[in-house]
Amino acid sequence: MATLFGSGIKRREDPRLITGSATYTDDVKLPGMVYAMFVRSPYAHARIKSIDVAAARKAPGVVAVYTGKDVKDRLVPVPCAWNPPGCDLKVPPHPQLAWDKVRYVGDAVAMVIAETRAQVRDAVDLVEVDYDSLPATVDPEKATQKGAAQLHDEIPNNIAFIWKVAGGDAEAAFRSADASVKERIVQQRLLPTAMEPRAAVASYNRGSGQLTLWCTSQNPHIHRFLCSVMLKLPEHRVRVIAPEVGGGFGSKIPAYPDEALVSLAAMDLGRPVKWTEDRSENYKVTIHGRDHIEYVEMCGTRDGKITGLRTRVYAGLGGYASTAGPGIPTILHGLIYSGAYTIPNILGVIHGVYTNGTPVDAYRGAGRPEAAFLVERLVDIFARKIGMDPVEVRRKNFIPRDKFPYTTVTGLTYDSGNYEGALDKALGMLDYKTFRADQVRARKQNKYLGVGVVSYVEICGLGPSAVAGAVGFGAGLYDSAIVRVYPTGVVKVYIGASPHGQGEETTFAQIVADEFGYPVENVEIIHGDTDNTPQGWGTYGSRSTAVCGSAVKVAAVKLKEKARKLAAHLLEANEADLEWKDGKFQVKGSPDKAKGFAELALMANVAWNMPAGMEPGMEASAFFDPTNFVYPFGTHVCTVDVDIDTGEVKILRYIAVDDCGPPINPMIVDGQIHGGVVQGLGEALQEIAVYDNEGQLLTGTMMDYAVPRASQMPFLELAHTVTPSPVNLGVKGCGEAGTIASAACVVNAVTDALSPLGINHIDKPLTPARVWAAIQKAKGAKP
Amino acid sequence: MIPTSFDYVRAGSLKETLNLLAAGDGTKIIAGGHSLLPMMKFRLVQTPRLVDISRLEELRGITEHKKGARIGATTTYAELATSPILRERCPVVAEVAAEIADLQVRNRGTLGGGLAHADPASDMPAVMLALDAEFELRSKKAGKRSVKAREFFKGPFATAMTEDELFTGIVLGGMGRTAAAYESFDQAASGYALVGVCAVVARKRTAIAAITVAFTGLGEVQFLSPAFDRLVDTKGDRATLAQAALEAVKGVEIAGDLHAPAEYRRHLAQVAATRAVQKAYERAGA
Ligand SMILES: Cc1cc2nc3c(=O)[nH]c(=O)nc-3n(C[C@H](O)[C@H](O)[C@H](O)COP(=O)(O)OP(=O)(O)OC[C@H]3O[C@@H](n4cnc5c(N)ncnc54)[C@H](O)[C@@H]3O)c2cc1C
Repeated sequence: MATLFGSGIKRREDPRLITGSATYTDDVKLPGMVYAMFVRSPYAHARIKSIDVAAARKAPGVVAVYTGKDVKDRLVPVPCAWNPPGCDLKVPPHPQLAWDKVRYVGDAVAMVIAETRAQVRDAVDLVEVDYDSLPATVDPEKATQKGAAQLHDEIPNNIAFIWKVAGGDAEAAFRSADASVKERIVQQRLLPTAMEPRAAVASYNRGSGQLTLWCTSQNPHIHRFLCSVMLKLPEHRVRVIAPEVGGGFGSKIPAYPDEALVSLAAMDLGRPVKWTEDRSENYKVTIHGRDHIEYVEMCGTRDGKITGLRTRVYAGLGGYASTAGPGIPTILHGLIYSGAYTIPNILGVIHGVYTNGTPVDAYRGAGRPEAAFLVERLVDIFARKIGMDPVEVRRKNFIPRDKFPYTTVTGLTYDSGNYEGALDKALGMLDYKTFRADQVRARKQNKYLGVGVVSYVEICGLGPSAVAGAVGFGAGLYDSAIVRVYPTGVVKVYIGASPHGQGEETTFAQIVADEFGYPVENVEIIHGDTDNTPQGWGTYGSRSTAVCGSAVKVAAVKLKEKARKLAAHLLEANEADLEWKDGKFQVKGSPDKAKGFAELALMANVAWNMPAGMEPGMEASAFFDPTNFVYPFGTHVCTVDVDIDTGEVKILRYIAVDDCGPPINPMIVDGQIHGGVVQGLGEALQEIAVYDNEGQLLTGTMMDYAVPRASQMPFLELAHTVTPSPVNLGVKGCGEAGTIASAACVVNAVTDALSPLGINHIDKPLTPARVWAAIQKAKGAKP
Repeated sequence: MIPTSFDYVRAGSLKETLNLLAAGDGTKIIAGGHSLLPMMKFRLVQTPRLVDISRLEELRGITEHKKGARIGATTTYAELATSPILRERCPVVAEVAAEIADLQVRNRGTLGGGLAHADPASDMPAVMLALDAEFELRSKKAGKRSVKAREFFKGPFATAMTEDELFTGIVLGGMGRTAAAYESFDQAASGYALVGVCAVVARKRTAIAAITVAFTGLGEVQFLSPAFDRLVDTKGDRATLAQAALEAVKGVEIAGDLHAPAEYRRHLAQVAATRAVQKAYERAGA
């Protein structure tokens, strides 16, 4: 029988998503529902002198107005859930509504609730807040310097933590190196821009004392836990439902003030309360990504052996520490500084810094793209310095194929890899040699072509729970599944992960259907409701298939075993004499003595004739805790044509060779790679969140924040190598790979094109204006 | 994203529309709504009443007019882009319309609405200036009048129209022996022009007989530049063209912003002007 594993069947979630029949949080409508909206600070930094809510209270339709004073004693401040060890993290209180100070534009000051959306919109304008504005600090490096505005009195120089990663002896390596290079790299702030903004609907049943919160969550169990903490409610009284969620990219992992506030109001009012962001609010208050200023160095031998890597990083955290904020630029960033290479000496010093900006948290790749970017940029810059082809430097330093599992000096153990294989395949697709020759010819005609190569490794499949505990992540990282087989044999699988665009309703059904010898239609995947799914940790960090998918498999295998025993009993055969063939257990050599899974499920569910000691029913659960992370890798190559006259970058070809182990559904894998690459190209070429010196967000709408459009994107040429992981199903993650590779790939290509001008680095995004300015500067600097 | 409350009237006739505008109470016209509604949602515009003119047949459509064309104010960009009359008589208008924004915007956004809105970065004003278009306006009090494009655009979002006036149509004189080309560089997020240049060139064999060049996106308002007159009787050689482009932007106060610093815009304007003139020149010889 053909297996579904490996088959690119269409995503079953798509018909409802593209025909408008899906239910998102904002589609939830309950009787008696009222609408919340927030009064948000127009200042990045200010003391609140007074708040006058009298006029708003009297406005038509208004049912309640809350300020910080009203909720201070009733809510636990928004928790930060990641405390990396050994860095003395300072977490200031993060009030749901400001107590006395606001710390970024958009910080909530009051919540108004009214009968209709229009009424609440009118009423928020009537809340009068008297502010004493303060100087702001928005640059994570400058914020640590003398004279910078201080956000939190108890946190000197705005430094939340200084975290170090060290392996080998970097100082000695640099001292004795043949050659070294350094660069200052800015990894700009980005706006995650999920298609669906955030929303929440809270409903409280006074009779049962049960709070139900529908919200845009990537991890409803984490939201249940954090909301119960903030609201001081027993956890079993809180039910969180993530209905359809329209993308997250990390921005729907954290707990936010608004979710707790609408819940509190629903409990007070005894009426359901809804809040939905609009896009400008989304850009102001939903977490941002990246925001690093990095001083980076690499050293090595003249013949291309890399001997050391050193960084000093200033990572902006925004006004408060978001849920996973401190873990992103540390654990998920510094630990992977070795990249695909055997770098023997590494030292990274990361400063986490509070600034007057929106809190920063996980954004597609979360720390790993920043690491891949700086490592891959440095390899190119180093190669140029020693006059070697950057591809050769990569080859020379790759962790050899026969050295896996490989432990880096930063302490990670890479499960598997074949970096040369991916590199060779990508270069073959391009025909690297020919391109280099074309490049030389083009330069003679004043045409600037360039090629960028990136060989990345990422940490995915987060992760072993013991490691989560050891690195200060306040949660487990196993995942779970309940496989429930109905009397007629059809199956529902309840999972702890919470897909929101990744297609796991399809891939997980493929796993189960294969196990039971079923068509995929017989299996349905249920997720997102904490009242009917087992404890799990959600969907992020390219973890769901590697971890939750494994739990699904383990649970399904348990039932298959039960079915085998039952089949032996019913067929009056020895278990050892049975074989699984054509979707049935049959007595070897007697194909007419056979039982399919559906029939066995019926027999187990009616339990008329069970073997002694076997429980009735056909249901199993599994909790899967991986023994290690998985480490997908690959090589991306792109070629560009830079218009020297205008600074415009045209991508000629984009080739992505990724290795995420055996793909369960190759079409879905390619979709994930497409999306990831495009997001990275946006980061490379046009996306940047800009604050002015007063902390005003200048890119507050999509008229100024340039998410990539289809028409701006090149054709993507995808290919794969397959190196199974020894950790679980063999599969690795693929959700973040594209983003991790593509930003560096484009910048490497553009700086390669401009190398005749002596340009080593241009900070992302490579807008025509920036590239042109770099060209002008280089030309001016030349004699 | 909820506007302040307002009344909505779907206009049944031109007369009714003019009467409502004459009330002078801040009533606003809505055509495609693509510029107006975002401003209302941000509450940058607050109006007591909207008069929807999108179903007034007499304001819509493209007709032949002398050697050129007349375009009704509520004609959409999509209609301009596919108009056989324009493709034949003023192809540059159809070309530019086809490149504005995306399909959704082109299906609803109207030429009259765009011109009345007078965004200093929008594309069509430059084309209208270069083609020496005439705009038809009408009010209850003053009746009909027409205003040349070059007298119409007064500043950012400011025009020669009075509050009670309705924009009814655009008259294009036809290209005669000239040819036109438009070159622009877009802002990646909004798709509006960082700079755009429309050039109209007439040739006598290989020499330029007449030339008009208009700029958009550079500053407060679109403008015609006389600097290119020096190209008359030349073949538009590189050096002279570069000189003219340089002169055209010299002294122009250019706004810089986060997408393009002033210096870069100034440079791009010269590149766009050079490319537009060269293209128009080639087309005029074809
Ligand atoms: C996503 C997006 C991208 C865009 N990209 C571009 C671009 O690349 N280039 C570009 O040039 N433009 C661009 N635009 C702007 C677009 O061209 C204008 O929004 C559109 O043309 C306005 O026409 P409308 O019919 O929608 O006007 P409306 O929004 O209905 O009206 C605009 C203004 O004009 C007034 N008005 C409208 N019609 C009349 C009339 N007949 N008489 C008197 N007053 C009137 C209204 O009262 C209002 O003040 C873009 C817009 C959007 C939304």
